[in-house]
Amino acid sequence: MNKVRVECHRIGLTFGKTEVLRDVSIDIEPGEFFALLGPSGSGKSTLLRLIAGFNQQQHGSVRIDGADVSGQPPWQRNVGMVFQSYALWPHLTVHDNVAFGLVERKVAKAERERRVQAALELVGLAAYGARRPNQLSGGQQQRVALARTIVVEPRVLLLDEPLSNLDRTLRVQMRQELLALQRRLGLTTIFVTHDQEEAMSTADRMAVLEHGVVQQIGTPAELYDRPANAFVAGFVGTMNFLPADVMARRGERVDVEIEGVGRVDDVEVAPAVAGGSDGSASKAGKATASFRPQALRMVAPGAAHGGGCVWMTGVVEAVEFLGESTRYRVRTGPHALTVDQPHHAGAVSFDVDASVRLRLEPGRVRVFCE
Amino acid sequence: MWLAGGLVAAFVLLFLVLPVAKVFVTAFVEADGAPTLGHFEAFFAQGLMRESFFNSLYVAVLSTLFAALIAVPLAYFTVRFEFRGAALIQTLGVLPLVMPPFVGAVALQLVFGRSGSINLLLNDAFGFTLPIMDGLNGVVFVESIHYFPFILLNLTVSLRNIDGAMEEAALNLGCRGFRLFRRVVFPLAMPGFVAGASLVFVKVFDDLGTPLVLGQTNMLAPQAYLRITQVGLEDPLGYVISVIMIVFSIAAMAVSAGVVRGNDYSTLQKGGTGVRRRQLGPLGTFAAYGWIGAVLLLVLSPHIGVLLLSFARVWSFSPLPDAYTLAHYATVFQDSSGMITNTLLYCGLAAGLDVVLGVTIAYLLFRTRLPGRRWLDAAATASLAVPGIVLAIGYLRLFQGVTIPGTDTLFTSTWVLIMLAYAVRRLPYALRACVAALQQVHVSLEEAAESLGATPLTTIRRILVPLMAGGILAGFVTSFITAAVELSATIMLTSSESQAPMSYGIYLYMQSVAGRGPGAALGVLAIAVVAIGTWLSYRVAERTGNRFAASAKP
Repeated sequence: MNKVRVECHRIGLTFGKTEVLRDVSIDIEPGEFFALLGPSGSGKSTLLRLIAGFNQQQHGSVRIDGADVSGQPPWQRNVGMVFQSYALWPHLTVHDNVAFGLVERKVAKAERERRVQAALELVGLAAYGARRPNQLSGGQQQRVALARTIVVEPRVLLLDEPLSNLDRTLRVQMRQELLALQRRLGLTTIFVTHDQEEAMSTADRMAVLEHGVVQQIGTPAELYDRPANAFVAGFVGTMNFLPADVMARRGERVDVEIEGVGRVDDVEVAPAVAGGSDGSASKAGKATASFRPQALRMVAPGAAHGGGCVWMTGVVEAVEFLGESTRYRVRTGPHALTVDQPHHAGAVSFDVDASVRLRLEPGRVRVFCE
Repeated sequence: MWLAGGLVAAFVLLFLVLPVAKVFVTAFVEADGAPTLGHFEAFFAQGLMRESFFNSLYVAVLSTLFAALIAVPLAYFTVRFEFRGAALIQTLGVLPLVMPPFVGAVALQLVFGRSGSINLLLNDAFGFTLPIMDGLNGVVFVESIHYFPFILLNLTVSLRNIDGAMEEAALNLGCRGFRLFRRVVFPLAMPGFVAGASLVFVKVFDDLGTPLVLGQTNMLAPQAYLRITQVGLEDPLGYVISVIMIVFSIAAMAVSAGVVRGNDYSTLQKGGTGVRRRQLGPLGTFAAYGWIGAVLLLVLSPHIGVLLLSFARVWSFSPLPDAYTLAHYATVFQDSSGMITNTLLYCGLAAGLDVVLGVTIAYLLFRTRLPGRRWLDAAATASLAVPGIVLAIGYLRLFQGVTIPGTDTLFTSTWVLIMLAYAVRRLPYALRACVAALQQVHVSLEEAAESLGATPLTTIRRILVPLMAGGILAGFVTSFITAAVELSATIMLTSSESQAPMSYGIYLYMQSVAGRGPGAALGVLAIAVVAIGTWLSYRVAERTGNRFAASAKP
């Protein structure tokens, strides 16, 4: 199958007085499994609908396979979309739902039957053609919706919150199936989700949107380890944020004094967003320091000191047992920190009100300048 | 609970089930009581009866078809496109219903008849006329522009409930325009359409007033009326016709119920969005406004005609009246003010009875485990399938010779029967309104009262009824206004002019050319009563709806 590139270039869209998308530029590589991640109202679904042709941008362009599709109606784009509600037509059987697009494309009957059957087999529902959609479970409906879309061999596959109507176990299973199917078809796929775990576990690359603006584009690991700003850092995974003063700056590295933690030297600064500081100056200023709950290790007050780390003391305020790890809330000075301790045989556990010492790996601190 | 259930059951049995059963039995037995099918043979042996049967079928089918042609584009425009005419269509949807169809018939004859305004103008300008109002087609014309709102209202609700993604999925797969409507939108809206269309079919099939006023007596309802009033209450053919009408009504209702039950889809799904309204292109806008303008003109023509007629001194063989006068209104107030108070009295009592029955049945249905409560609901709803004339015949037959205790007055000669016929015929509307209102009240609101020490009766009085007030009122008004324009049962049960309600008065006036003016004036008053009632119910329902919106829907 011909793999297709999708380019969104400087897209702007306003509904009435609300700006839904601002200057959005995203390049999706041929054959990529790409996630649009953001909270509700961030404009991610609107962007997807814009690629499908249900909305029209006021600024910028959408190019599919190099050709500008701006202004083209949905029925001419050959871009397949799976809807959040599945949108299976209840008056048609599963077979007729899947055959719908082929009928519209005037595919001959024999060829049509062959392709419908192949698509149903692909999603494991070959025996369900005669059923009505309302006789299927949620997961099966999801598969029919998928079969209905891919049977017409669209150039791009768009998935709008494809798993949000399924329960948790099924969701985890379906996202693996979805990924396997996409790999087999090699179809450029864009999917919208508000669930960061879903995006991270499946996407080749992802874009995080907030208030209609792209915050960062990259692989899940890039976004997790090196978030571009505090929003991405907080949205992708859990993060501790503390106010800090920049003491010295050398390019992309700074020395900071973190409130309640102390001095940490030579940590990475997130690249400034356009219009931020000029970057070259080593001037002092207010900043936000951040680190993941896993960057902290917790020991009893009397335990041995290790070198090369920053140490602080605190009191346990709350304990949450998560299974593979235990999450503590520890008060240190004016702030409460989230600390994850791996749970394994022989792991020391702490109770509420226990005094503890915390060790921070300086290499995992990331600073966001205002 | 048992007492309430028993009383309701007794009422339904005595005034709905038994009269209709009596009609059935009479149609199937000889004078000496032996069962027979001979009456049906006699019916189909008569050319006139066969003709009447096919005429009624023809009129009902064609009227449904034309009503659909008017209603479907209107419903589609309002729901799917963004343009200023939407509010106009909503108004359009109720306008025809506020006038009895037989009043419209007279007005339409003046506007579209052989020597009506339109044909006079056409003849002057182009030298030809359109035979719109001639023969059965006149009945079809009047009925379709009177009853199309039933399809419009039902279809609009159905279309609104379709998940917008259903349509977008089709667009996404390359389907659009009329194909989109035919393959996806219309099938999904089918339940609403069928519900509306079957209602139109039943109403037209059973309508007595319009054919009578237009002089088309070779149809079933007029034949039944003529048989009973002219040949007598003993004539079996009247009962045969009644049975045929009921069978067709029930069949139409069953088809509709079957379609709705088998295809209970189209409600918005979780995560679904409502339909996004599209902008119309310039050409589309022009076409839409043109169509709506034409329909509006058509729909308003009976109203305009009646209004003109009520002020006309002389109006014949001219496009517009020659001179205007207020004399008809003076005549009406002088001669027929009794009819206005009669209408208010009968309809008010009937509607009051309906909501009491409606609340009781709804309560028994959803809040108790009383055995047979579903039968009560089914029986009350079934009266929708009983034509007014059949119910009236059943009353006359069942209560034949029964006198009011202590007096010599015949029960059948009192207005109580008219009122009861109204109440029974309108019970389904009131019942639906009450059921809807009750379902809005979460049972926990009542349980909270009971846990605080309130007895069930206190809970009903202090919690349930106040919360249902809006729905109860809506039911009352619907019953009231539809009863006010009822003619078929009225015409059979009115035994003296002093008891006649307005609808009967209008019919009497319209019998003579000289009476058309006062008849129209009375018609205008009837429209005013109905319109004010409709407006009030919307206002009150809206206000109570807002007031309780937060508490009644947890």
